[in-house]
Amino acid sequence: MNAMQVNRTLECEGLACPLPVVRTKKAVEEMRTGEVLEVRATDRGSVADLQSWAKRTGHQYIGLKEENGVFRHYIRKSDPTETKEERKFPHAISNEEIHNKLSAGEIVNLLDVREPAEYAFGRIPGAKSIPLGELEKRLHELDPGQEYYLVCRSGNRSDMACQTLAEKGFKNVKNAVQGMTEWTGEIEKD
Amino acid sequence: MSTMGIQKMTSKEVTKMILNNEELVILDVRNEADFNDWKIEGNNVESINIPYFDLLDDISPALDKIPDGKNVLVVCAKEGSSIFVAEQIAEAGRSNISYLEGGMKSWSEYLEPVKVSDLSGGGELYQFVRIGKGCLSYIVLSNGEAAIIDTSRMIEQYEQFMQEKGVKLIHAIDTHLHADHISGGRAVAQKYGAAYHLPPKDATEVTFEYEKLEEGNDIYVGNETIKVKPIYTPGHTIGSTSFMIDNKYLLTGDILFIDSVGRPDLAGLAEDWVGDLRDTLYSRYKELSEELVVLPAHFGKVTELGVGGLVAGRLGTLYNENPGLNIHDEREFRKTVTENLPPQPNSYQEIRQTNMGKMNPSEHEQREMEIGPNRCAVHDK
Repeated sequence: MNAMQVNRTLECEGLACPLPVVRTKKAVEEMRTGEVLEVRATDRGSVADLQSWAKRTGHQYIGLKEENGVFRHYIRKSDPTETKEERKFPHAISNEEIHNKLSAGEIVNLLDVREPAEYAFGRIPGAKSIPLGELEKRLHELDPGQEYYLVCRSGNRSDMACQTLAEKGFKNVKNAVQGMTEWTGEIEKD
Repeated sequence: MSTMGIQKMTSKEVTKMILNNEELVILDVRNEADFNDWKIEGNNVESINIPYFDLLDDISPALDKIPDGKNVLVVCAKEGSSIFVAEQIAEAGRSNISYLEGGMKSWSEYLEPVKVSDLSGGGELYQFVRIGKGCLSYIVLSNGEAAIIDTSRMIEQYEQFMQEKGVKLIHAIDTHLHADHISGGRAVAQKYGAAYHLPPKDATEVTFEYEKLEEGNDIYVGNETIKVKPIYTPGHTIGSTSFMIDNKYLLTGDILFIDSVGRPDLAGLAEDWVGDLRDTLYSRYKELSEELVVLPAHFGKVTELGVGGLVAGRLGTLYNENPGLNIHDEREFRKTVTENLPPQPNSYQEIRQTNMGKMNPSEHEQREMEIGPNRCAVHDK
C-alpha cells in the first residue's frame, strides 16, 4: 500500500518500549481532535501496547500495516465530547436501506467523509472518499442534481457534511446516521 | 540509561528467590493480555499488573498498590518500560525497587541447573529447569563425556556448564519432536560433532540426518558406564520415547508429568494417538518398577518444584496421586485428553516445522515463537 495521507508521522523505528507509546502520547496531545497520526515502529511490543493505550485513552485506533518489519499504526485523535454532538440534518438513511439498495444492484452515490486512513482500512464498496475537511474545495467533483448518501464513522461528521452540501444547493443528500461503526455488510479495503 | 536509586535483578537471582520461597512483590507493567497469558510465578510471589502506559503521567496508581517496605520487582517484556516505571517509583521515595534485567524475554530463556543425583558408575545427572517456560532438560555426565536430553534452544547455557565440568558432548537426544519449544539438540550436536538422536516415527519429515532411537539400541555415556535405555512410549507424539538411566531414573518426556499427563493433540492426531497414550500410561509404565524416579520434560505449576527446584516424583507415588493416571474408565480418559484442552502453545505449528528443519527462522523470530507458557499437559489451564 502506498503512503497514506495523514496529518502527522511519528518515526519510532529502532525504539523499544516505552518510547513508542510515550512519543505517541505526546504527539497526540499536540494534535487537534480528528487528526490522524501515523506511528512507525519496529518493536513488536508496540502492536498490543498502542492498541491497548488507544482503547484506554479513547483515541480511535484505525488500523495497522506491517511492511518489511515496520509496523505502521494509524490513530485518530478523539475527544470524548465528540460523540455527544447533536445531529442537525433532518434527512437520514439507515445502513439497512443502503445495504438493500446495493444488494438490488442500484447505483448509489456514497460519499465517505472520514480521513483517508480510516477509508483505507475499510469502507462500503464503491464509496468515494472526500474527507470532511476537503469537502468545500472539492465540490466541483460532485453534481448538485444527484442524490448522495454521506457516511462517516458514527454519523457526526457526515451530519456536518450534509449541512455543508445542503447550503451549497444540493437538494438530495442523506446522512447515514449509524455510520461505519454499525455497518455489517461487505467491506472494501486498500 | 540512567538507573538512579533502583537495582537490577537477573533472572538467575529471581529464580533463587523463588526456589528459596522468598517474598517478592512483582509489578508487571506489560499489557493485560500478555500478563494474563503468562507471568512470573512463585509460592510467595504477589503479582500486580498495571500497564506502563497507564503510568505515563502519574505513578500514583502504582504507589497505591505496592506495599511499602517490601522488595518490589518491576517487570516488562524486555526491560525498558520496567526501568522507566521503577525510576519513577524510586523518585517518589520508595526503596527496595528493582527491575528484571532483560525482562520476560530473559525470564523465558534462563535455565537453572539442578543436580538430580550422582550415578552408580561415577557419573552425575542434572536437570535444567527452564523456570519461565516450564521446560526441563537433562545432562548425563560420566568420565569426561556428556549427553543432553531435550536440549532447549539456548545452547550456550549447556556449553558453559559442560566447560565448567570439563566434559565433551557426544549425544544430543530428543524424546520426541517438540511442539512447544525449539530444540537446540541438532545445533549443539553439530557444533561438537556429537550424534543427534530422534525417534524415527517423529522424524519422517525431517530434512537432516539423525540417529534413530530404538528400543534395544542403548546409548552409552563415558566408558560405557551409564546406559541410556530407550523405551518406546507413544501418545504425545507417535514416536515419543522414554529413557531409563542407571536403572533408577525414568525420563518420560511429554508423556507423563508429575501432576498431569501429556496431550495427544499437538500434531493434529489426538483421536489416533489417545489409545497409544492410554496404553503407555496404563500398561507400559505400569510394568516398570514403582521405585523409578520420574523425570519429565515439563512442569505445569511452580508447586511442582521440589528441593532446589528439582521436578521429580516416584513412579509408584504418581500412580496414586497423578489425576491423569487415575482415570479408570477408558472413555472418560479419552474425553479428558481430547476435550476441553488448554489452548495450544503459541506458534506450535511453526515450532514443529522448525524442529523438522523445514523452517529456518532468525534467532529473533525463534525467541518470539517461544514466548509464553508451554501448555503441553492436559491439565495446564
